[in-house]
Amino acid sequence: MSSLNIHNLSCQRGYNQLFDKLSFQAHAGDILRITGTNGSGKTSLLRILAGVSTAEQGEVNWDQHPVKSDGYQQEVFYLGHQAALSGELSSLENLEYLSALNKTTEQHQLIQALNDIGLKGYEDEYCANLSAGQKRRVILAGLFVSKAKIWLLDEPFTALDPLGVEIVESRITQHCANGGLCLFTTHQDSALANQKILAL
Amino acid sequence: MNIYLKTLSRDLRVALRNPSSVLNPLLFFIISVSLFPLAISPEAATLSQIASGIIWVASMLAVLLSLNALFHHDYENGVLEQMVSSHHSLPLLILAKITAHWILTGIPIILLSPLLGVFLFLDEAGIKVLMITLLLATPSLSLIGSIGASLIVGIKNSGMLLSLLILPLYIPILIFASSAVSQAQFGLAIDGQLYFLAMFLILSLMSAPFVSSIALKISLE
Repeated sequence: MSSLNIHNLSCQRGYNQLFDKLSFQAHAGDILRITGTNGSGKTSLLRILAGVSTAEQGEVNWDQHPVKSDGYQQEVFYLGHQAALSGELSSLENLEYLSALNKTTEQHQLIQALNDIGLKGYEDEYCANLSAGQKRRVILAGLFVSKAKIWLLDEPFTALDPLGVEIVESRITQHCANGGLCLFTTHQDSALANQKILAL
Repeated sequence: MNIYLKTLSRDLRVALRNPSSVLNPLLFFIISVSLFPLAISPEAATLSQIASGIIWVASMLAVLLSLNALFHHDYENGVLEQMVSSHHSLPLLILAKITAHWILTGIPIILLSPLLGVFLFLDEAGIKVLMITLLLATPSLSLIGSIGASLIVGIKNSGMLLSLLILPLYIPILIFASSAVSQAQFGLAIDGQLYFLAMFLILSLMSAPFVSSIALKISLE
């Protein structure tokens, strides 16, 4: 079974040691919720796992593919704090580019993905005119059509209404039931079944 | 290759829907060149001597003015993070962004240059060489500029810093390009200058996307 291996990971920001010699293993099918107070290094950990920033020390790999290698990066979808959308482009154009950057299913599924997430009729709307929650939904649509196995979600429920949260939770459950892996952080109560907790 | 074209068309589309970011440097280019005859002398003999220098300095400053925006928006809205975490080669994505930048600033400058050349009484041979030097060297300006733009991407109010970083690297291009134009006006050979500009273009094409990608990764840490 595929697994994400984290070995002796250390991270420092400024003078603060966020975590030191962190080791854990997450298997395909796991839903891992990362908890911790503000500033405990949740985002830093996800950014390291996404290959965006570098750890001071330690190793990360997925099935022998080390982080930042092509074999690793194509299995990762990282959802950060920012919307990752251009205001000058429509939802569909943004989604097209986002899915071109990530390993994705067929292009014709993109409109369907926008429908599924509750943005029917907003395909051609410029993202500058969307609300924070709607912007979040565009990038979540990108997540749902990606073929990536490892989902790294930093506060995925921010700005979403209860129905949106429900959609995301059911997609996470479905993804992990199909052999995916999801690591996420949230300060909201999450009703996800079988979630494991990683406390920083 | 596919992702190269997609990034290129995305960047062009974003820029064309926000035309002021494209037009500002070009207006600066036109206005600054057209002020020289008013300030120095409207005489043909004086202007034709300094025309190549004026147009080259103005186009260099116009490119410099446009560089701030190269990575800034994508850094702010988080698209850059997605680019870094994707499995595509970051230098290729950056090369696509540089190409878009050249299409939006370099090509309009090349197309405007004969008009401004006539305006400054540059003769036919001079205008021809001016366009050739611009064609050879504006891609280098975009390529080298991307290194500076990627280094300062996370820093606020960094306009001056960008000039300090980039202008020294632009100086050789300025010297060889404007000397090519003024020598062509006297009917002298300009092969040496053109070879130098071509060498500079190849060198920056081979190195700038890679250096920029490293700098961007550092900025995103």
